[in-house]
Amino acid sequence: MALSGMRGLSVFISDIRNCPNKEQERLRVDKELGNVRTRFKNEKLPNQFRENSHSPFLPPLVIFLIAVWIVVFLLLSCHLLHAIDELPYLVEKELGLTHYEKKKYVWKMLYIYMLGYDVDFGHMEAVSLISAPKYPEKQVGYIVTACLLNENHDFLRLAINTVRNDIIGRNETFQCLALTMVGNIGGREFAESLAPDVQKLIISSSCRPLVRKKAALCLLRLYRKNPDVVNVDGWADRMAQLLDERDLGVLTSSMSLLVALVSNNHEAYWSSLPKCVKILERLARNQDVPQEYTYYGIPSPWLQVKTMRALQYFPTIEDPNTRRSLFEVLQRILMGTDVVKNVNKNNASHAVLFEALALVMHLDAEKEMMSQCVALLGKFIAVREPNIRYLGLENMTRMLMVTDVQDIIKRHQAQIITSLKDPDIRRALDLLYGMCDVSNAKDIVEEILQYLSTAEFAMREELSLKAAILAEKFAPDLSWYVDVILQLIDKAGDFVSDDIWFRVVQFVTNNEDLQPYAAVKVKEYLDKPAIHETMVKVSAYILGEFGHLLSRRPGCGPKELFNIIHDKLPTVSTSTIPILLSTYAKILMHTQPPDPELQNQIWAIFSKYESCIDVEIQQRAAEYFALSRKGAALMDILAEMPKFPERQSSLIKKAEDAEVDTAEQSAIKLRTQQQMSNALVVTDQRPANGTPLVGQLSLVKVPSMTNNTDVNSADQGLTPENGALTTVDPPQPSADLLGDLLGPLAIEGPPTAIQSQQNIVSGLEGDHAVEATAIVPVDEPQNSVQPIGNIAERFHALCLKDSGVLYEDPHIQIGIKAEWRMYHGRLVLFLGNKNTTPLVSVQAIILPPSHLKIELSLVPETIPPRAQVQCPLEVVNLRPSRDVAVLDFSYKFGNNVANVKLRLPAVLNKFLQPISVSAEEFFPQWRSLSGPPLKLQEVVRGVKPLLLMEMANLFNSFRLIVCPGLDPNPNNLVASTTFFSESTQAMLCLVRIETDPADRTQLRVTIASGDPTLTFELKEFIKEQLVSIPSVPTAPRASPGQAPPAPPVAQPTSSAAALSDPGALLAGLL
Amino acid sequence: MGLESVVGDQYCDLIIEFCNLLIHFVLLISRQGKVRLTKWYSPYSQKERTKVIRELSGVILTRGPKLCNFVEWRGYKVVYKRYASLYFCMCTDQDDNELEVLEIIHHYVEILDRYFGSVCELDLIFNFHKAYYILDELLIAGELQESSKKTVARLIAAQDALVETAKEQASSISNIIAQATK
Repeated sequence: MALSGMRGLSVFISDIRNCPNKEQERLRVDKELGNVRTRFKNEKLPNQFRENSHSPFLPPLVIFLIAVWIVVFLLLSCHLLHAIDELPYLVEKELGLTHYEKKKYVWKMLYIYMLGYDVDFGHMEAVSLISAPKYPEKQVGYIVTACLLNENHDFLRLAINTVRNDIIGRNETFQCLALTMVGNIGGREFAESLAPDVQKLIISSSCRPLVRKKAALCLLRLYRKNPDVVNVDGWADRMAQLLDERDLGVLTSSMSLLVALVSNNHEAYWSSLPKCVKILERLARNQDVPQEYTYYGIPSPWLQVKTMRALQYFPTIEDPNTRRSLFEVLQRILMGTDVVKNVNKNNASHAVLFEALALVMHLDAEKEMMSQCVALLGKFIAVREPNIRYLGLENMTRMLMVTDVQDIIKRHQAQIITSLKDPDIRRALDLLYGMCDVSNAKDIVEEILQYLSTAEFAMREELSLKAAILAEKFAPDLSWYVDVILQLIDKAGDFVSDDIWFRVVQFVTNNEDLQPYAAVKVKEYLDKPAIHETMVKVSAYILGEFGHLLSRRPGCGPKELFNIIHDKLPTVSTSTIPILLSTYAKILMHTQPPDPELQNQIWAIFSKYESCIDVEIQQRAAEYFALSRKGAALMDILAEMPKFPERQSSLIKKAEDAEVDTAEQSAIKLRTQQQMSNALVVTDQRPANGTPLVGQLSLVKVPSMTNNTDVNSADQGLTPENGALTTVDPPQPSADLLGDLLGPLAIEGPPTAIQSQQNIVSGLEGDHAVEATAIVPVDEPQNSVQPIGNIAERFHALCLKDSGVLYEDPHIQIGIKAEWRMYHGRLVLFLGNKNTTPLVSVQAIILPPSHLKIELSLVPETIPPRAQVQCPLEVVNLRPSRDVAVLDFSYKFGNNVANVKLRLPAVLNKFLQPISVSAEEFFPQWRSLSGPPLKLQEVVRGVKPLLLMEMANLFNSFRLIVCPGLDPNPNNLVASTTFFSESTQAMLCLVRIETDPADRTQLRVTIASGDPTLTFELKEFIKEQLVSIPSVPTAPRASPGQAPPAPPVAQPTSSAAALSDPGALLAGLL
Repeated sequence: MGLESVVGDQYCDLIIEFCNLLIHFVLLISRQGKVRLTKWYSPYSQKERTKVIRELSGVILTRGPKLCNFVEWRGYKVVYKRYASLYFCMCTDQDDNELEVLEIIHHYVEILDRYFGSVCELDLIFNFHKAYYILDELLIAGELQESSKKTVARLIAAQDALVETAKEQASSISNIIAQATK
């Protein structure tokens, strides 16, 4: 049927279906593509005109003119393009294919494209069909364009004018086509030129519903692309009027529009709130709903869901009458939904129900209603239907946010645990993880452990990680914790990371009571015939340290212990052998009086491994061998390991970092704040050794540890940086000492200065603290928030892309979305409060460098719980510079003041626009810009060695587009871009990199542009990207008195200097 | 274009963070992994599209029959349902209403069914353009525009009639020309 008249297309599809294999299919597709391509090519379209421009027969002047034309063509804003908008169609009408043929080919292209083949031509033809006069062709043009292209496609701009004519024209069917296309792929430019017309259509009384509903969704798209196109003052009333609409199609679309509007700015749309409640009442009571708008007997479930979604964007409902009516409706939905046989009816009614639950949670209803909700969810998690069960579990996890109902949720624990046996266990696991606390940890963790051995392979890693975290956080006693981890290693050793066994060793070392118990336990495991290598590691370590505590028990003498451990040696890898060697040395040391037989046995092992190819093993064997002959000296060196410093579990930190679901995360956080688990407070305050565990294992390298205590006290100040930071310790004497040592750098505020100096010191010592410095947003003593993720990395990622997370900590997430056009930028900061309590005293100040004009709209002082506020930011680039703007952001959470200084990704490369130039355009330009200051050349040394391909990718990612083939030397790169600023306007920049294949660490950079500052700044910018800069603190330009502290967000290369001039401060940041 | 394809490859996982779009894209995949329809409401580059399709068919086609209809994927949720040999998939945000989307899928299938008269995969292969027309009457900008099957059917019929008339006109003109040139 159908496809009538397009026999060619039907035949083609049949051919493809008849292809016996992929190669045949590809051959057939290639043939068809070739055919379509020739057809399109034979048309005298501007395409061909462009191809001719490469012809060698054209005189140079023409080439130059064409080149200029192309540059102009690409650079001009869409206004000019509108004028030549009709061009393709006019040209095409005179020569070439008929619309019918074109339509056929365009469909074929779409089909081939759907099959997954690259279709890199013919886009222009698809777009040009839009301007066809007849409906069938126009329809194809619109639909195929919307499928093949996305909003960033250049060809789309060509069509703006035609599309606008269709929208404002009188032809209803054309209006529909145009609105649909713009609604599906319209970009920012469409938003700017079409929004007013689309708005008129929505409210027009002469338009039929079919046009108005499309216009409403079209406006929604345009609003998403540029919120400014909807004028809030004028539109708020219109929006409220729209909600009086009787046609449910238009109402559905309008409600979607409202959701988008209120999610951005609920204040302006207060007047819509009572109307939403009215609509909900009308639907829930099934009043005045035409039959065709009921779905399996339910009055438009989609509209009900949307309306409740819109209501969730209003923080509260103040009017008591409205509130009462809403609760009545919600009550009706909660009570009136049953599980029925028909799947679709069930789904639709539950879609409404789950949305109602979300709304009830949002409205902070009375406890009674909440318990009702939990009871309902309890019912759902017991049903067999997997979807309802899944959603029941998911929503229960969300419910955990509401503190009142946690106890009620716990009543369903048994049922949730049963759900672990479902094929979809994720949700149940998440919920159990979220609801775990001291009271039920034992049950939950043991269930997870039991389930572990039968679980699907893919789930085991997550299961074991969660079990380990819960065991640590909520252990009722430590021996239980040890049991759990050992079981975990036993059942899922492959998924137990080193962190987990390090952690258990730390606990055992720090708790004397635990030591004999742990030693007995690990010995039991060692007695088993086959155990996981991680178990060998942890048992060997613990028996080496504490095995002697068991010496009075039968079968636990040094010799026996040695034998059972040594039995495992043939089965382990080289990473475990060093641990075993240490254990042997320790056993030897604890055997008093010495047992000559054991001694000889162990010595024989040492001397055997003295010639091991692995350096670590060799060194240990040699040193232990020599040491163990020294007798009494051995006692000191191989003494028991000192206690570990208290630190946050790297495991928990990792889990927090990995968490994507912020809701879940803050639930955990909340609970950690409420109750410190036993496990976290067991470590006592006695002097601790700052050496990390890894260091301990290689203790041979520190010949004497007798002066441990001195080292300790100096180390203590540093440990917070090494480990994961939980809190900032009050300045300790040792820290002051460091502060004194580095006195000259201290400018203002001792705690701050010390903090940053510590960073430098640890950085200079080549410590691992480099990473820590990048993530410490601390500059006030009471500041106790810890960022999630690496701020510097986030910044660097955002330099390359336009949306993402700029900063995150347990309380707030700051997202950023940016759009850049020429020298203008529009950034939106998304400040999201992750907590269930408001964040107060929110302050955001921009410290702009002198070359950027930045306007930040008002930032509200309070961010309501679980809400996100958006703060638009307008940026104008005045002139070329590499300086970076800084956002000084602070808020108060409880008694804590958090303050961070974040670099904003409004960097030089954002004002570049890619342009690729041909040889004919490049060389005349290159030659005309001769010598400094317009053309600068520099040999750069110490470059990160990159392959040429990698370097090209790096350049492309900064929008410096590499033009392959321009430079005859294959070792060179030539790139071009356009830079925009107010002073320079659009400025073409040309770059040439000459590399030396023999020495990738040096290269020569030549930059040319029409502006000396630009040339210089761009050269420096490129150098920065290419050179791995060692961390050299720049000399601070101190100005005592009013200096703000250095932004601790600095990347490793930055200085910790505090400067008064934001511009200079920013320069320091680079 | 240029920039997107270079950057897009590395940062494909972060598509749009703050856009509360209901549906990011629609995919129809056959049990053999053949794509029968794709519609993208968020801007994905060509490369990203291919990658998404490849990844998702791997995930969805291998899921067991007793599992729920929602797949968590790269921070999104993909709601899918199998009808005979075809999988209908729609990608939505984590916190969107999954059942609502599931019923949009069913709604679409019912409309297709009414249009083709008990639709089968072959109908959608040879009339893939109709599937696109109908989808466009159902969803715009990733949001539901019409929940009445009757209205959608009426609009599609009107479109078909327009195309038909245009064809008749064309053939009558060519008849006239043919007559005249005889």
